[in-house]
Amino acid sequence: MAGNAWRSTILKLLERYGAWITGQRKPEEVSRVMGAVKSQTQPRTFSRGMQTVTIIPGDGIGPEISSAVIKIFEAAKVPIQWEERNVTAIKGPGGKWMIPPEAKESMDKSKIGLKGPLKTPIAAGHPSMNLLLRKTFDLYANVRPCVSIEGYKTPYTDVDLVTIRENTEGEYSGIEHVIVDGVVQSIKLITEDASRRIAEYAFEYARNNQRASVTAVHKANIMRMSDGLFLRKCREVAENFKDVKFTEMYLDTVCLNMVQDPTKFDVLVMPNLYGDILSDLCAGLIGGLGVTPSGNIGANGVAIFESVHGTAPDIAGKDMANPTALLLSAVMMLRHMGLHGHAKKIETACFDTIRDKKVLTKDLGGNSKCSEFTAEICRRVQDME
Amino acid sequence: PQGLSGARLQPLCVRSLSLTSSRNALESPPARADSTFKVTMVPGDGVGPELMTAVKEVFKAGDVPVEFEEFHLSEVQNMASEEKLNEVLGSMKNNRVAIKGKIHTPMEYKGELASYEMRLRRKLDLFANVVHVNSLPGYSTRHNNLDLVIIREQTEGEYSSLEHESVAGVVECLKIITREKSRRIAKFAFDYATKKGRSKVTAVHKANIMKLGDGLFLQSCAEVAELYPKIKYENIIIDNCCMQLVQNPYQFDVLVMPNLYGNIIDNLAAGLVGGAGVVPGESYSAEYAVFETGARHPFAQAVGRNIANPTAMLLSAANMLLVLSPQNQCVSVCVSLCVCVSQVRTRDLGGYSTTGDFVRAVVANLRHRPVY
Repeated sequence: MAGNAWRSTILKLLERYGAWITGQRKPEEVSRVMGAVKSQTQPRTFSRGMQTVTIIPGDGIGPEISSAVIKIFEAAKVPIQWEERNVTAIKGPGGKWMIPPEAKESMDKSKIGLKGPLKTPIAAGHPSMNLLLRKTFDLYANVRPCVSIEGYKTPYTDVDLVTIRENTEGEYSGIEHVIVDGVVQSIKLITEDASRRIAEYAFEYARNNQRASVTAVHKANIMRMSDGLFLRKCREVAENFKDVKFTEMYLDTVCLNMVQDPTKFDVLVMPNLYGDILSDLCAGLIGGLGVTPSGNIGANGVAIFESVHGTAPDIAGKDMANPTALLLSAVMMLRHMGLHGHAKKIETACFDTIRDKKVLTKDLGGNSKCSEFTAEICRRVQDME
Repeated sequence: PQGLSGARLQPLCVRSLSLTSSRNALESPPARADSTFKVTMVPGDGVGPELMTAVKEVFKAGDVPVEFEEFHLSEVQNMASEEKLNEVLGSMKNNRVAIKGKIHTPMEYKGELASYEMRLRRKLDLFANVVHVNSLPGYSTRHNNLDLVIIREQTEGEYSSLEHESVAGVVECLKIITREKSRRIAKFAFDYATKKGRSKVTAVHKANIMKLGDGLFLQSCAEVAELYPKIKYENIIIDNCCMQLVQNPYQFDVLVMPNLYGNIIDNLAAGLVGGAGVVPGESYSAEYAVFETGARHPFAQAVGRNIANPTAMLLSAANMLLVLSPQNQCVSVCVSLCVCVSQVRTRDLGGYSTTGDFVRAVVANLRHRPVY
């Protein structure tokens, strides 16, 4: 279908959801839909009814915040049907650790998932659940948009960047050996395919979300071969995306400049370890993991959105948790699915509540309960109808 | 006057000889009546030479009894070779103290994966890099009154330069962690903390993912920590550490970590107090001390524009002076005076002064210092 035909269909739909008033230009929303449309499988983007989403509540405060999100979605009348699944590591045939088959089936069918925090047991014999999920669905890109939240003041204002991290290889390949007693070797793996794939995703994301530039973060002056390969692939992919500016910067220079002036950065793409560190650094700039959304994009159109904070076992069950991170990830999910109207409503309600400062959970500086915070957002959402 | 100029001429001759033939430099230098200290100087690339000029001018104005032996070792300017490296090493063996700029590593490699900077570090076994992150008095940033020390292991870890392409399109890079070196850097960190009266040492790691590698590092730190009951020991994961540094850096005191994390945290912390132009650092081995800036960047885009901030290099040179001759505190006092005065601010701190302006201000301060 020609581009224009797509565009008018989408505009009509946006009008239906009240996200587009004819004559007013809202390029981001259009392009986000375009982004979703361009992905390999087109998961019922135009919502002809209820869409299934697999929800994995998780451990610790996971169940509380998941139910908070479900409540808010109900109040906003989002056409989503939740399928709750639990993931615990089970040993499959052949001795390999895997996630329960029901969870896998559900995800494969729905293609979209929302996940709460999962406990990583130490010395349990099996790898972390996050790692298992990543391997099962080949979640190769971790996307974390970091945008300053009005109403939650940090020393850094006007942050608006996105970190895209390669999530399958690099330093976290898990290949370690003890060579002799007292000498350990860890292997960092960089492959052409993975580097190319993440670079392509980063540029497509930039194009679809109207971002001006993509910066590759690396340490090719030290790890000349491995990061050199990553950088070469990024450069090659950049050739095909001439509308997006491509720059490259050393990791230490990025860290140096990020804490002095984070407004200089736009989309950052990098291998695993640097991505882990930088995405947490950027989360710290906007207020911490309790308010940062995150999405994982996988190879077969699968996308799992998650909250990246821990399970907080010390406040589990006490109705003190802050559901903002999971909520914002769910909003990211709605945008990915094309439900921009609902996404905007819920996001606005959430930000308004935080800006008002009347009902805030403890970590945001108030002393309300999680249920009160949730109720306030539900109220605002319903008032917006 | 005759004897005085005679004594001054002699060191000059020794210096020119040492530049042309390295063999002479290996002999022990003749004893001098005025007890000047000889220091090896490697200007490096980018703004390194400009910063070194600043140091030399300030030292001259302060009548500091230090004499520099310069070596221009540079990979990007094609002035690098095994002979040059050996010359520098020879000079270091004599002088034991050096001041250097950053020797830039080009991204393309011809043959060897290790850069000259890495090789210099390894040959001198400069295992500990100490960066002093102190807020400048009179210059406010988002976090004021910071006082951190970052100790980084700099000979092993991710910078092993052991890389190979096992299959076409698949590159492996080895990160090596040894118990011996981890113990050594941990001991250095605790000794440093004890000597400087610090209360807490925090080890930074990623042992939840790199269980064996960083696990070994963490274990070594814990073992050494037991020998220092007066100093509090904690550990933190690198990503959480970065987040905490931007939200609440005051919870840290001394940080110790392997190579790559050190690079990241050095630069992060430098950014917190004002950037690469204000943080001094030094590298130690059992026998040598090399003084440089904390965040090491050649800053090639500033070459020739006279905009580089020499504060970091001057503070480092002042630290070097304190090590060489503890009574000579004048240089450090003056540099900090200058910054305090806050009239002379270079581009990176939001002002318009040039490198030359700043150096002249420091020199003026030195000339007018009260003589006790």
